[in-house]
Amino acid sequence: METAIAFWNILKKDIHNYYLKPPNISWGIIFPLSWTLMQLIRSPDMEIIELLPGLMAMSVLFGTTSMLAVTITFEKRAQSFDRLLLAPISLSTLVFAKLSGAIIFGMVNAFVPVAFARFFADLRGTNWPIAIIAVLLIAVTSALLGLLIAVSAKEVFEAQTFSNFFRFPMLFLCGLFVPIENLPSFVKPISFCLPLTYGTDALNRAIRGSSVFDPLFNVFIMVVFGALLFYLCQRNIKKNWIL
Amino acid sequence: MEIVSVTNLKKKYGDFLAVDDISFSIKEGEVFGFLGPNGAGKTSTINMMIGLSRPTSGQIIIDGINAVKDVKKVQRIIGVVPDENNLYGEMDGFENLCFCAALYGMRKAEREKRAKELLEQFNLTNAGKRPFRAYSKGMKRKLTIAAGIVHDPKILFLDEPTTGIDVESARQIRELILTLKDQGKTIFITTHYIEEAQRVCDRIAFIVKGRIVKIGTVRELLENAVSGHKLKLKVAGSLNGVKDELENHFQTLQVQIPDDNSILITSKERVALSPIVQWLDAKGISVYEAGEIKPTLEDVFIKITGNSCTKSEREKVI
Ligand SMILES: Nc1ncnc2c1ncn2[C@@H]1O[C@H](COP(=O)(O)OP(=O)(O)O)[C@@H](O)[C@H]1O
Ligand SMILES: [Mg+2]
Repeated sequence: METAIAFWNILKKDIHNYYLKPPNISWGIIFPLSWTLMQLIRSPDMEIIELLPGLMAMSVLFGTTSMLAVTITFEKRAQSFDRLLLAPISLSTLVFAKLSGAIIFGMVNAFVPVAFARFFADLRGTNWPIAIIAVLLIAVTSALLGLLIAVSAKEVFEAQTFSNFFRFPMLFLCGLFVPIENLPSFVKPISFCLPLTYGTDALNRAIRGSSVFDPLFNVFIMVVFGALLFYLCQRNIKKNWIL
Repeated sequence: MEIVSVTNLKKKYGDFLAVDDISFSIKEGEVFGFLGPNGAGKTSTINMMIGLSRPTSGQIIIDGINAVKDVKKVQRIIGVVPDENNLYGEMDGFENLCFCAALYGMRKAEREKRAKELLEQFNLTNAGKRPFRAYSKGMKRKLTIAAGIVHDPKILFLDEPTTGIDVESARQIRELILTLKDQGKTIFITTHYIEEAQRVCDRIAFIVKGRIVKIGTVRELLENAVSGHKLKLKVAGSLNGVKDELENHFQTLQVQIPDDNSILITSKERVALSPIVQWLDAKGISVYEAGEIKPTLEDVFIKITGNSCTKSEREKVI
């Protein structure tokens, strides 16, 4: 119960204090939103369904990573982070609370393109349970990636810039806008090492009805990636946060 | 009874030894002070005790718990006021206190009651609705201290509680420390103000360059400080040549003339005043005032660190 109280209040505080910080607005909200609108406006109606999985995946990716870059680095720099480290809660509880704020933000972000697409396209064929599970898992894995980056960064801009090194290539490597089949064969192995590839594939199945892998396989791979990233984060956090 | 015991504690940052093999213990209910110049290793020591940094070597036992291993168990019973005012600028005073209480698992009704109480106790009720970032430095400091005791900890760590704030807030904070002591709390305080240490601490450790150079109760430290007695006379008249004549006449005295109207007398034994006053009177020098100069912790500090501490380091302390 005590842990639950602490968890919930950290989450609530992050939402209250950091959702609307400028670096989160620019990279977490404005960037995915303008990319979405640009794509939707310049595409003929027919293709919107084709675009939607990529747009959703991108919104989750940018939303979660930028939110973590903000909630971790802002709080570290103001040294209020020490308060969280001093609280009698386990480090995992603290990490989960921090991740949850970003995951919720990313998931809400995913449905912004859906809201726009509804005006232009017929989404009745979508398998929502699979779509939601895919969005959740993309959010979890990208939040962990964001955390891994934020742990090593000192300033917010540093975390955002460093995130961009990963985020932008992933837009093209993970089948968001260019199908993996069309990628040159020497980059394909990289694609298959990125969890977002499997998340986008699952979204493709849910929305467009076609995918490279079976959705169950995609879910399995993303859970494995999640566990691995969580382990790496814990290790890095212990090294970087407690000197 | 000992509630904190630290043995052979060391902290290295790279090659730099910031805390150099220190040992001390704190008794339950006492105010224990760590007094030393900037960079002496006070914060580094606190951070190891509260679990924000790992000792390079050494042992820390707090209330029977191994504080190096069972960090979270220790954190349940301690309160920490860091050297920075690190509350949330976006949130108001009341929200900040409620949030800190929530970190210790306090329920909503309990949190809000406690936050109101503390705001009142610290004269911050009116500021309770303003964002923390809009506070003055003294108010920030007070709220940070309130946040440190929101969960009613058994042991309180205060890192330079009054550094850089106005006189009135500093006075209130010192009073509060004594109130907390009366409530039976054990308090560990670091400071570089000698006066403050002398006023609030039961026992003091002098720390210089990562080493504890002296430790004791304020009285013990003072008694050992200056061997002998020191008198200051306020006088009027010509003091030319008085120093040598006085020293010749009263063989046991050492005399200094710090300015045109005072005489400083040091002696191993107690000094009988009237012969001196009469002698001076005969020379046409009137004595208006005579007082003993008590040794201060500053004298103690200078005596101890005389060799190991440069003058500028000492001045920083004062
Ligand atoms: N994280 C750190 N990395 C490297 N050096 C440090 C670190 N923290 C403190 N120091 C150094 O250790 C010494 C002691 O610092 P500190 O414990 O903060 O002193 P105090 O609190 O007594 O002013 C200083 O010389 C400081 O520069
Ligand atoms: Mg310090």
